[in-house]
Amino acid sequence: MLRLPSFEIVRPRTIAEAVGALHRHGEGAQVIAGGTDLVPNMKHELFTPDLVVSLGDVAELVRIEVDEETGELVLGAMTKLDTIATNAMVNERAPVLAQAASLVAGPQLRRMGTLGGNVMLDTRCQWYNQSYFWREALGFCLKKDGTVCHVVESGRKCVAAASNDTAPALMTLGATLVFEGPDGTRTVPIEDFWKADGIFNKKLEPAEILCEIRIPPTPERHFGAYGKLRDRGSIDFPLLGVAVRLDFAPDDRVERADVVLVALAARPVRVAKAAELLAGTRPGTPEFDAAVEQVAEAAHKKCHPLENVPGDADYRREMVPVYVRRTLRAAVEDKGPVHHL
Amino acid sequence: MSARDQHGTGSPWGGRFEVVGKPHRKVDGLAKATGQALYTDDITLPGMLHGKILRSPHPHARIVSINVEPALAMEGVHAVITGADMPICYGVIPWTPDENALAVDKVRFIGDEVAAVAAVDEDTANVALRAIEVEYEPLHHYFDPTEALVREEPQIHEEIRGKAVRGNVSKSVQLDFGDVDGGLAEADFVEEADYTFHGTTHTAIEPHCAIGQVSADGLLTVWSSTQITHYVQKALARVLELPESKVRVIQPCLGGAFGGKSDPFSLEFCVAKLAMITGRPVKILWTREEVFYAHRGRHPMAMRYKTGIRKDGRLTAVDAKILIDGGSYSSFGLVTTYYSGQLLTGPYDFPSYRFDSTRVFTNKPPCGPKRGHGSVQPRFAFEIQLDKLAEKAGLDPIDVRRVNFQGEDTSTVNGQRITSNGFVRCLDLVEEASDWKARRGKLPYGRGLGVAGSMYISGTNYPVYPNAMPQAGIQLKVDRSGLVTVFTGGNDIGQGSNSLVAYIVSEELGVDLGDIRVLAADTDLCPVDLGAYSSRITFMVGNATIDACRKLRSQIVGAVAAAWEVDPKNVRMGGGRVLDVADAERDISVREAFHIAEERCDTLGATGSYNTPKLGGDYRGGTIGASPAYSFTAHVVEVEVDVETGRITPTHVWCAHDCGRAINPQLVAGQIEGSVYMGIAEALLEDHTINRFGLHSGPSLLDYRIPTSVDTPEINAMIVESLDQEGPYGAKEAGEGPLHSSIPALANAVHDAVGIRLDHLPFTPGRVLAALRDSQRESTTLASPTVGAGGKA
Repeated sequence: MLRLPSFEIVRPRTIAEAVGALHRHGEGAQVIAGGTDLVPNMKHELFTPDLVVSLGDVAELVRIEVDEETGELVLGAMTKLDTIATNAMVNERAPVLAQAASLVAGPQLRRMGTLGGNVMLDTRCQWYNQSYFWREALGFCLKKDGTVCHVVESGRKCVAAASNDTAPALMTLGATLVFEGPDGTRTVPIEDFWKADGIFNKKLEPAEILCEIRIPPTPERHFGAYGKLRDRGSIDFPLLGVAVRLDFAPDDRVERADVVLVALAARPVRVAKAAELLAGTRPGTPEFDAAVEQVAEAAHKKCHPLENVPGDADYRREMVPVYVRRTLRAAVEDKGPVHHL
Repeated sequence: MSARDQHGTGSPWGGRFEVVGKPHRKVDGLAKATGQALYTDDITLPGMLHGKILRSPHPHARIVSINVEPALAMEGVHAVITGADMPICYGVIPWTPDENALAVDKVRFIGDEVAAVAAVDEDTANVALRAIEVEYEPLHHYFDPTEALVREEPQIHEEIRGKAVRGNVSKSVQLDFGDVDGGLAEADFVEEADYTFHGTTHTAIEPHCAIGQVSADGLLTVWSSTQITHYVQKALARVLELPESKVRVIQPCLGGAFGGKSDPFSLEFCVAKLAMITGRPVKILWTREEVFYAHRGRHPMAMRYKTGIRKDGRLTAVDAKILIDGGSYSSFGLVTTYYSGQLLTGPYDFPSYRFDSTRVFTNKPPCGPKRGHGSVQPRFAFEIQLDKLAEKAGLDPIDVRRVNFQGEDTSTVNGQRITSNGFVRCLDLVEEASDWKARRGKLPYGRGLGVAGSMYISGTNYPVYPNAMPQAGIQLKVDRSGLVTVFTGGNDIGQGSNSLVAYIVSEELGVDLGDIRVLAADTDLCPVDLGAYSSRITFMVGNATIDACRKLRSQIVGAVAAAWEVDPKNVRMGGGRVLDVADAERDISVREAFHIAEERCDTLGATGSYNTPKLGGDYRGGTIGASPAYSFTAHVVEVEVDVETGRITPTHVWCAHDCGRAINPQLVAGQIEGSVYMGIAEALLEDHTINRFGLHSGPSLLDYRIPTSVDTPEINAMIVESLDQEGPYGAKEAGEGPLHSSIPALANAVHDAVGIRLDHLPFTPGRVLAALRDSQRESTTLASPTVGAGGKA
């Protein structure tokens, strides 16, 4: 078995204590939530923190409730993915998120892994998520310990892929992320949180902890679906993820639409044209079907998967319009998620 | 072979079997289910050190220098060894000893072992590894077997066992039987095509682990997760220059092998040498990544087949040319090269056959035997060839297979003896169970059925080192408590061989299964057995067990009959009792009978053994692949193909396997299901790929995809019992055969579903889409969706 590097661990009981521990220690401290991503990454020596701050005992981070004032659905960052996937309120108000959470990894990992942890997931790449021995034999890479990219030869920017299923789902929901840090609370719309840098694709301030994910109220005729391409029916990270939102007017016309993809580039990718193409169309009509085709085409044009995650990039690209089309249809019919089982 | 090697197909006491044929629990089932079973890594000895192995980061390089001093100087480090400490070569096949426990002079793949450290704990050992300074001079490397075939310099191996290697050719076999050219000329239909089988590995859940300990009087004991204790003992003695009597190898409970633990491995020598140097026990447990480097998995093969049939479907000729990518060492490669040709000649009658197989060295993890060693790849190609020819001739694929059936008690074109053969029954069962006649060729576009057949060996008469001694031995010890202890050298690797031995003893002596203990795979205590490979254990160890039991039984029955003053023919053992069939009054417990026998005879015990008859063709290599009995299999696979995503979903697999007498049908069904699972995994998901840098593309169970339970099709395991005259109660093998035809049956099903041929493994969705693009693609227009059709208004 691969060994974990040695480190100290603290288990604060409050957010304030956790932030304090991170702040005091400075660089070299690392938050751990469910550990399903961090632990293997530490074994691969991708992270070698000397202090690990566990959020496992911070009870206030585990909750699902509605903010009476704003009507937002408030999800504590330490809520398990399995809970997100099965909770009635999440399924009702944010079906795309429940579906995305239900397809993260496998059952055991969803009972350890948390929503906050999935949002904060490290980007992934076949040249990076490997042991120290392997990476050393390779000569390392841009993202960690090296200077060259093996995905894009002579590339100067890391293209490791955002691989978190819940991120695009939350983007279609217009979620905001609430952080606590040494300077207090910071609220960030999730679309503004990402940057196109595979080395670290998040705009995070030092000693900040993601505490809440807030989802604005969704209208009564809100539909959503998540589509996930992966080799197996369980366990695997996405080779492609598609989150779809469709809100309908009482006459069944699309009032609001959104399509966001993940596992292609360093950050989730929005198909910006989707909203405008689908707006006003009504499922069951040729106009809607044509709009779906156009969205699928637009997504295909926009997305250029690289050989960053395992598998055939050409195939992943070919699947972009297929999964966009299937996920849109599934959202309309409330038949998500879309995956091959 | 002598009388002791054949015991007939009936029950030992006449009439019905008491134990055989029933789904008894495995002898270690409860221990495994409750977590009490002790695997090698569960063993901790007082004062034990932990070892780690430094590996080469280069695919092919000369070692210029190694400086171990910085590691040796570290606190907690007890010893560091390199190739210089163990310069003697070894190899599981005595003709090709080309491996060193640690590299001597050069490294041949990324992951090749270079040095080993023993330290107080794993972390200290890991830190010490990084302090070892190795200077390498990189050499030209070979990843492409075609290049290795034509380019002679540099050589990966210059000489093996004092003999110069020709270029990078590991082994080349050309064999020719009958008039192939004439057969092709007279064929009404000829199919010629190229096929590719990719590399796959075993992925046993337990990683390799070994512990070495040296006693004060110089006895070396090695506990190892091996499936070949006897060969490991011999290899350790050779490399460490110890008498074999001073080497004891013990295989604790083992968590899967599938052929991946049937070579001597670096860690076994390293724990032994480090224990000898430090005087303390040393354990090495490999990481999952290291297991991928140890590999010995399925050889990639590039195959070209030319096959001819007549209008009536009868085969006229088979011509094969095969290039085998061996990776960096020989391992079982000599045998693999023969097997790639020799094991194809059933269940069909070939009037003529020729094969030309060449194995080359490349700078990749060494290939070796994986479940269905050397014959899964040619079977894949051949069974697709047969399907294509059936189509050309306008014949049903099952009928084509029936018409070519070789029959029972016959011999093959390459001189192998065929005894029992239930292949046609296998075909009948899968045909009926899958509703083949009503559904094949008639399912909607996107769904289809495919068939394939195969055969495999029940052990081979070729022991890896030539000797005339028995291939399997058994020793029985009887205790006054009523307990019978069985000592077997056989390796239980999860397949249930220890249970098999217990069932047979219980059947033969009428002793309750709970009063039988099996002590296995300890070279000090158990008689020699060659190990768990070639699907040999049921056949050979089973026969040896019957042999021993019958000797013991005649002692006991004789003693009891003498005590009762009756004819020994009247004395029966069964159900824990010994009784007189002629007199119901005479009825004692087995324990009492044991006492009587011990009083009258001596301390009770018996030995038994098995050796194969003389088998095989009268030509060089003619004994390789010669088995005392062959198993036969037929598969029908049903698939759904998503023509938009290219994804193949096998929805149902029917597998009928002729294993002769099913000694425990539950365990046979388990072997069939496991084989189907593994075959489908290889076809659709697994890919042991070495990337452009010579690195394994994903040496982890996350990136090396094996199916989960949700990816596994419904499997119907059906057992055919063509009782074999020489098998124990008529039994043959069940562990490897049922894998073979699952892969071509799946490929043939895809053809039935969407009209494409998949000749190159693995069948990734991208490949399927490419093939579909090349063929006629049906339109898949869907009706426009309705809001909330799934339930939500």
